[in-house]
Amino acid sequence: MRRLIEFWIAHRVELGALVGQHVLLVVASTLAAAAIGVPLGIFASRRPRLASPLMAAASVVQTVPSLAMFGFLLPVPLVGGVGARAALVVLILYAILPIVRTTVAGLRGIDPAVREAGVAMGMTPRELLRQVELPLALPAIAAGVRVAAVVGVGSATIAAAIGAGGLGEYIYRGLSMVDTTVILAGAIPAAALALLVDASLWWFERRLSARRRAGSRRIVTAAAITAAAAVLLSSGVAARRDRGAIVVGSKNFTEQLVLGELLAQTLERAGVPVDRRLNLGGTLICERALISGDIDVYVEYTGTALTAVFHQPVSNDSASVFDTVRTLYARTGRTLLPPLGFNNTFAILVRGADARALGLRTIDDAARESPRWRAGFGYEFVGRPDGYPGLARAYNLKFPQPPRVMDLTLTYRALAAGQVDLIAGDSTAGLIKGLDLVQLEDTRRYFPPYDAAAVARAEMLLRHPEVRAALESLSGRLTAEVMRSMNYAADVEHRDISAIVRDVLARPAPTIAGTLPSKPS
Amino acid sequence: MPVSAIEFRDVSFSRPGRAQVLDHFNLSVEGGDVLALVGRSGSGKTTLLKLVNRLLLPDAGAIFVEGRDTREWEPIPLRRRTGYVLQDVGLFPHMSIADNVAVVPRLERWSQARTDERTRQLLELVGLPAQQFATRWPDELSGGQRQRVGVARALAVDPPVLLMDEPFGALDPMTRAELHAEFRRIQSRLRKTVIIVTHDMGEAFALGDRVGVLDAGRLVACDRPEEVAASAHPVVRQLLDALPSIPHVSRRT
Repeated sequence: MRRLIEFWIAHRVELGALVGQHVLLVVASTLAAAAIGVPLGIFASRRPRLASPLMAAASVVQTVPSLAMFGFLLPVPLVGGVGARAALVVLILYAILPIVRTTVAGLRGIDPAVREAGVAMGMTPRELLRQVELPLALPAIAAGVRVAAVVGVGSATIAAAIGAGGLGEYIYRGLSMVDTTVILAGAIPAAALALLVDASLWWFERRLSARRRAGSRRIVTAAAITAAAAVLLSSGVAARRDRGAIVVGSKNFTEQLVLGELLAQTLERAGVPVDRRLNLGGTLICERALISGDIDVYVEYTGTALTAVFHQPVSNDSASVFDTVRTLYARTGRTLLPPLGFNNTFAILVRGADARALGLRTIDDAARESPRWRAGFGYEFVGRPDGYPGLARAYNLKFPQPPRVMDLTLTYRALAAGQVDLIAGDSTAGLIKGLDLVQLEDTRRYFPPYDAAAVARAEMLLRHPEVRAALESLSGRLTAEVMRSMNYAADVEHRDISAIVRDVLARPAPTIAGTLPSKPS
Repeated sequence: MPVSAIEFRDVSFSRPGRAQVLDHFNLSVEGGDVLALVGRSGSGKTTLLKLVNRLLLPDAGAIFVEGRDTREWEPIPLRRRTGYVLQDVGLFPHMSIADNVAVVPRLERWSQARTDERTRQLLELVGLPAQQFATRWPDELSGGQRQRVGVARALAVDPPVLLMDEPFGALDPMTRAELHAEFRRIQSRLRKTVIIVTHDMGEAFALGDRVGVLDAGRLVACDRPEEVAASAHPVVRQLLDALPSIPHVSRRT
């Protein structure tokens, strides 16, 4: 708890900004969803035959996992891409359903005698809607907006996956660093925000049902104007992009955050303005963002590019893989820069205690134990051709149960906690050292090489030769040892990533080799 | 011959999948008259009222309001010239009493001052002093008070025609008798053309200048109350026989 408060105090400016972004995302998306959902609900209640397919469609949208939704939206012009705009679109899509549903319920729940009285008084359909139906359905609509907003506070944490900011940033950062304090630093304010939104909208709802006709109409008008303003404002914010800046991206795990920061600081040291879009959802999202031009450069691993991006058969030769991938990138308008120096291949990991007790050294040794073990893998590893299925064949692994699938960064914890007995991690992971894990040797050379190298938009490199020069200066400078110690400093010692990178870059090139000084404590 | 205020000429009406509601139905109501229509539940009383203000259109035949076919009337002006008091009152629960009464004047874009003055007058007319009732809400009123508001609302823009659908059906006998007297007092001043439908022969006799008896989509009697009371028609007799010797609270249809 003390660490948490210290974290908040140390990051108070950032925390304030993230809360602000979070609130803006929720407010703008909820109001926009109301602006769309209420008319849609009115329409649906008028045409019952259209209502059920409409509701079904809205329900289906809501069951699509948000990360998958970002994946779908990325290549779509105007609404897609990386950043607040795409996040807003997804949040709006999620918020529409509860609002449409309660609007329909509110309108259908009106006493037919009251509606008939309105018609018999000689109200036109518009007058009936404005003077009778909407005011009477308003408490129900307000309840729907409240549900949408509270759900939105939760959903908005996912916006961090596509670089839209918000409190999800701490949650993702904490997850990738396996640091509960950082997770809580984001999760607690998000939960508090949800409660606050719930309470304040509940109060608003009660005021609405307090039967002040003129008053409530004024409140609704004010809300509509605020909605329009917020949406305009946020779309303006979303559309704004620093024209001159080079956008650096990264995937959402510690090493990628470190590498993203490394690229960014290297460029900044060369006098190039940088816009950081770190912590993006994963390979797919980085790849699409690079194609769409939402980011200019990020670090990819050759083996990942070969199989996950270009769907080529696995190869074990480091140089030929690099050449193949560079050619494939060149054909699609991207340039693969020289390797940074380390190979982050998959590491089959077991607990150090098991390794010592059972004398485990290679993956073959683990295959012997596998009938008594349980494996745990990240989502990517289970699905990739160079992942689990091939590994099981190559080493004749025979786990009695299918592997447990979970977030990659959680597998280290699950292994250390004894929930699983074998995982596939990254060979450069700092947690290997931090959690006393042992990497088993890949004696059959199953895993393809995963040499880290920056991949950039070719068109951007042509316009900015200084960017190319700065990025090429990193060539071969990061050994596996350097990478692992940077990861260790971030994951285990919980040091600030930008400080870690600054220390490494401060050392004279080209000899960055060697370990980092430990955190003074 | 002067044009009747309301006239049904050979009107037939049926709802899909249901029995004929009105079958070659004829009726005329003179201006300033109160016609009380009696019939059992489902005899088509409410339908008949809705045909007058064009909430419904007939399958065959025509209804003339002030000499003009309802098909030729624009529905909105017709409805605003036709006060309507509903069976379930249908006060707007989100509006104060004054706002409820002022609905049609506001639709007609009356000035605020004129609307306020009219609302005050009407509330006085139906025996609900504006000072005391204008700012109250429908759910704070008793059934009888709500019915009075319903009448005031129907009269707001001084429509020549008033349609009343079981207006006093849900009230206790004392309140009913009181409202009957109020109604006669108001009608003696305003001389509206009124069609009031009820399932209670007693109420029809109490309020109608003429009493009509509906049965199976046809009018089996339509005359001055004393003539109807003397009728030998079996349906009329049956309704008359159902009259209790002492008033009781009738169930709503």
